Amino acid sequence: MAGGAGRGGAGADGTGVQMAGGRPAGSAIEMEGAMRTLPSSGRPSGTGRLSRGPLFGRNYGLSPGSRLLPPRCQEDADPQKTAFLLRKQWTLYSVSPLYKFSSADLKDYARMLGVFIAAEKQKGLAVDVDGELGVRVAMSGLPELRGSEQDPAAVLVQLSLRSSLSPKNSEEKLIWSGWFCCVAGDDLLENLPENFTCLPLFLVNGAESYTAIVGSWFQKTFDCCFRRLAISPLNLTWMAAMWTGCKVDKNTAAMELLFSVPHLPQPLDISYAIHPEDVKALWDTVQKTPGEITQEEVDVFMECLYSHFHRHFKIHLSATKLVKVSTGIASAHCDGIIKFLQSQYLIGVLMLLTELAISQIQ
Amino acid sequence: MAVLRPFDKLPELNSATILLVGAEGGPQQQLAEAMLCEKKDFNINIHLASSLPLPPERDHLRPRIDLIAFVIDIKSKYSLKSVQASLAYVDVRFFLGKVCFLVTGVGRVNNCSVEMNAIWKLGEDYCSPVIFCELELEGIRVATAQRLLRMLQICAGRVPGVSALYFSLLMRNSAGD
Repeated sequence: MAGGAGRGGAGADGTGVQMAGGRPAGSAIEMEGAMRTLPSSGRPSGTGRLSRGPLFGRNYGLSPGSRLLPPRCQEDADPQKTAFLLRKQWTLYSVSPLYKFSSADLKDYARMLGVFIAAEKQKGLAVDVDGELGVRVAMSGLPELRGSEQDPAAVLVQLSLRSSLSPKNSEEKLIWSGWFCCVAGDDLLENLPENFTCLPLFLVNGAESYTAIVGSWFQKTFDCCFRRLAISPLNLTWMAAMWTGCKVDKNTAAMELLFSVPHLPQPLDISYAIHPEDVKALWDTVQKTPGEITQEEVDVFMECLYSHFHRHFKIHLSATKLVKVSTGIASAHCDGIIKFLQSQYLIGVLMLLTELAISQIQ
Repeated sequence: MAVLRPFDKLPELNSATILLVGAEGGPQQQLAEAMLCEKKDFNINIHLASSLPLPPERDHLRPRIDLIAFVIDIKSKYSLKSVQASLAYVDVRFFLGKVCFLVTGVGRVNNCSVEMNAIWKLGEDYCSPVIFCELELEGIRVATAQRLLRMLQICAGRVPGVSALYFSLLMRNSAGD
């Protein structure tokens, strides 16, 4: 750990303070806590204690005691097909099950969506930069993005702009892409009624206006519900621990954690970067059972990082809010933004995100 | 003498004392003010501490403490750790109904840094009730202040026929089943 550069921007030495002003508005306060002010102590029924049962009607703060490490995909079936997913920022949404969605009718859906977008443009709602010929919608399936055969195949939606300047049809600029996927969604798949397709995770890259239009079309057609998927600091620590445990061949980027300090008149962000080999060595000493991670191991791992930082800078990082985690495998932000960096562990990361999306739906 | 003992001192006439222990920067101050605004027929003393043990210099001036409320903020793991460290300085007889855990910050689902299992375990290990609230909201703060005031009344022995131990057993049995 000696090489672990604590590039902290705190007031300890006065250098490198990263003052990020203008923080975005926080999520709306949800009033579940208010519903339980009864004379009891507020503890739920016994079933919700150590299992992942719903608390206050939602899986709130109950992380599972242990999770399996994401498997490394040995056979890169076709890295070209999923290469376009890497190194892009994807915004996460959770989607309730789709009613009467059939993956055989993707072409019809694409046509209907194209018509809908054109209609919205007529109404003047769509933001169009150069839309003489309009927007072309393409929907395709991504069968390799699934955990097992029970998972429904992922669906990719792409919007490209046809420009009148280029004579050939192949010159289209991709302006928006979004894809639904479900990796190891066994929890939800078991009790699904007929005619429902479960694709709980939706990732978006592109303009917000198109996201709203596509989302409203899906909501109207398939009676589903889209919600932003935010990642709590607790789940971010899980991601940091799980992704550190993954073996990577090439030299990867340092692990970086971004913290936001509350209760200050001006928002202050602390960035903590650690050399990847050091953090991997630390994780190897913490983890006991190969292939499985427990909550205690994650706690010990984060505690080591925090106490190292405290020793140098006298700042308790555990009192701050973990906002972003970046490793060589992927990077995740608590607002629900993810970036994949390695195709080998794509399925593993998607498995965790699917789990989070399902817990938000239930 | 660093440990807090429940029956070391004599009670004062017509008054009760509550000690709020929680990491600095938390909502204890506002909660204390909300408690003071409530209508009551006895004097209350509210002491705020960020950790135990309390400084020994002023020990002779402190009244007997009737109820200790440990405030844990779900958004900060540090508050949970400082509460766990402070619990070592409380005499075991306090845990017969004179201690409760107040967990705040439950309104914001996506900001939790503390896992619930740790909090359940804390309540079970110390046999004390765990109250969930969102002290940043005015209405819930007032409601929590009223609940704490009622508990304080019972712990100070001002409600005839109900003792602190009986009340805590009542709370745990009604919640756990």
